[in-house]
Amino acid sequence: MTWTETLRTGWAAIRTHVMRSTLTVLGILIGIAAVILTVGLGLGTQKDVSDQISALGSDLLIVRPGSSTDSSGMRGGFGSGTTLTRADAEALASPVNAPDIAGVAAEKSTGASLEAGETNWSTQVVGTTPEWLDVRGRTVAQGSFFTADDEASGAAVVVLGPETAEELFGTTRVVGQTVTVDGTDLQVVGVLAAEGASGESDLDDVAVVPMSTAADTLVGGADRNAVSTIYVQAASSDRLSAAYQEAEQLLLNLHGIDDPDAADFTINSQDALVSTATAVYRTLTVLLTGIAALSLLVGGIGVMNIMLVSVTERTREIGLRKALGAPPWAIRRQFLVEAGVLGLAGGVLGAVLGIVGARVLPGLLDTTVVVSGAAVAGSVLVALVIGLVFGVYPATRAARLAPIDALRAE
Amino acid sequence: MAELTLPLPAARPAATPEPVIELTGVRKTYRTGTVEFEALRGVDLRIDAGEYVAVMGPSGSGKSTLMNVLGCLDVATQGTYRLAGEDVGELDETDLADIRNRRIGFVFQQFHLLPSLSAWRNVELPLVYGHVPAAERRARAVAAMERVGLGDRLDNRPGELSGGQQQRVAVARALVGEPALLLADEPTGNLDSVSTRDVLALFDELHAQGRTIVLITHEEDVARRAQRVVRVFDGLVRTDGDPR
Repeated sequence: MTWTETLRTGWAAIRTHVMRSTLTVLGILIGIAAVILTVGLGLGTQKDVSDQISALGSDLLIVRPGSSTDSSGMRGGFGSGTTLTRADAEALASPVNAPDIAGVAAEKSTGASLEAGETNWSTQVVGTTPEWLDVRGRTVAQGSFFTADDEASGAAVVVLGPETAEELFGTTRVVGQTVTVDGTDLQVVGVLAAEGASGESDLDDVAVVPMSTAADTLVGGADRNAVSTIYVQAASSDRLSAAYQEAEQLLLNLHGIDDPDAADFTINSQDALVSTATAVYRTLTVLLTGIAALSLLVGGIGVMNIMLVSVTERTREIGLRKALGAPPWAIRRQFLVEAGVLGLAGGVLGAVLGIVGARVLPGLLDTTVVVSGAAVAGSVLVALVIGLVFGVYPATRAARLAPIDALRAE
Repeated sequence: MAELTLPLPAARPAATPEPVIELTGVRKTYRTGTVEFEALRGVDLRIDAGEYVAVMGPSGSGKSTLMNVLGCLDVATQGTYRLAGEDVGELDETDLADIRNRRIGFVFQQFHLLPSLSAWRNVELPLVYGHVPAAERRARAVAAMERVGLGDRLDNRPGELSGGQQQRVAVARALVGEPALLLADEPTGNLDSVSTRDVLALFDELHAQGRTIVLITHEEDVARRAQRVVRVFDGLVRTDGDPR
C-alpha cells in the first residue's frame, strides 16, 4: 500500500465522521492557538518593556537611597530613607572627582494634588535641576524648561508632562497658565514632549519644578537637602562601568563607609532593570505557555480517544483488510496517518487562529503580540507529533488484532 | 488488454494433478486459562488443483477452525500445511498476510464489503496490498466485475446493491488476485433462494474453468453442487468422497 493510498484511506475515514473529527481537531486547534498567543504576548511584553527602558538611555545609572541588600535592619530599604543629599549629587557632577560622568540630575519627588481652576489631578511632583532634561533624555514641546536662575531663586514655575496638562486643562497649550500645589501657585513655563510609559511609571504624567522650590514650598520637612533619586549619565555607554565605580567610590567616601556591602545607597543601571524585567516576563511567559501546553496535551488525549473509538468501530474492516493481505505495519501506518492528519489539521488551523488573534488582540488589550515564524512552524510540527504520538497506541492495537477475531466482531 | 481479462484460462486439471492443499496431522489447540480445547485432532487432507470441495460438519465440529487454518488466518499447533507447495507453518503475521494476499481469495457469509468504497474500489483492495500499480488495478477490478456479471455496477456502493449482487462483488474481489484457492465460508448463508442459485451457478462456472474451490457449508443441497464432500466431526475428517 503506497503513501498516497494510505493518505486517501485516512482522509476518507476522517470525512466519514465529520462531526467527530471536527471536535477532535478543535481540541488541538485551541491548544496550538493558545500556545502561539501566549508566547506571542510574552515576547511582545518583553519587547515593550525593554524598548521602554532602553528609551531612557543605556548610559544611565540610577542611585537611590537605602540598600536592597540590607541586613542590619536599621536602615530603610531600597528607595526609601534620606541618605542621599543634594551635596552627593553636586560631588558626582564634578568632572575632577568623576571624569566618566557626563551629567547628574537629582530628583526630589513626592505625590501631590495639582489644581487648575475647578480641576484637580493627582500626580508626581519632581523637584530637580535643569540638567534633568538632558540626563533623562527629554525634550520640551511647548515653552521652555526652567533655568538655573529659577532653580537658584526658588522660582514658582512648573513644567508639566503632556498628559498632566491634558488632564488639568484639556489641552497641552498651557504655557502661562497657573496651577496650585499645596496652596502654592506655580506658573506653567513649559510642557514636555510625550515619551510613553516606562516599566515603573508614566513618564508623561509628571510635574517638574526647581529643586529649591520643591524643598522650600512643597516637600519641606526637616531634611530639605535629601533627594529621592540621583540620575547619573555616563560620558558614553562603554564608560558606564567606569562611571559606576566612580559614583560608588565617591558616595562611599562621602558617607564615610568602608565596606561596599554596607552602602546606604543602591546604584542600578538600565541594563540591570531591563534584564530584571525581562527575566520576570520570561518566567511569566514560560508559566503561561506551560498552561497552554497542558491544553495541547488534553487535545492529544482527545485524538487518542477518538482513534481508539475508530479502531473499535472498524474492527471488522481491519479484519477484512488483514484477510485480504494487509500486513500489520500497513494497518498501523493507516491509523497513524489518520491520527497525524487530525493533529496536523488542528495545528494548521490553530496557527491560522493564532495569527489572526495576534492581529486582533493588540487592539483590544493595548499590548504588543510578537508572532515569530519559528513559533508558528514549531507549533504546527508539535501538533503533528502529538497526533502521531497519541496515535501510536490505537494504531498498535489495530495492528495486533487477530484477523479471525476481528472478522467476527459485531 | 487481453491478458488482463479474467476468466482466465481454463487451466484444466493436468494429467497428474498438483496438490493445492496438503494437510498432514494438523492439530489445533485453544487454551482459555487452564482449560485446553482441541479443535482439530490430527487432520490429513489433500485437495488438488481444479477440485470443487465442500466441507461440512455440525457446529463445534472444528469446521470453522479448519477453514481458518486453510485460509492462513490461523496457524496449526501441530502438523504441516503446504499451500500451493509452500509450507506456511513457520510464517509470521507479515508473511501470512502476503500468502493470503497472493494465494487465497475469500468469500464470507457477511460479504464483508467496505460500505464507504464503491464496488470496484472494494474489488481492487487485494491488489492494493499486493503493490499492483493503480492503472492495472482498475483494469483488473473492472474485468473481475464483468466476470461476475456486474460490469454496470462499478461505481455503486455496497448499500446500493442487493444481497446477491454484494456477494458477487465479494466473489469478484476474491478472483481479482488470481489466487490458487477460492475459500468460501457459508457464502449463501445470508442469501435468499434466487441469489443463492445465482452465486452457486457462478461457483459452478468457475469450477468449470478449472478454479480450485473450497466451500464451507452446513446445507446439504449446497454441498451437493460440489464434486467432493469432506465431513468434519469432533476435530477429525470422518468421510471424504462423492456427495451423491
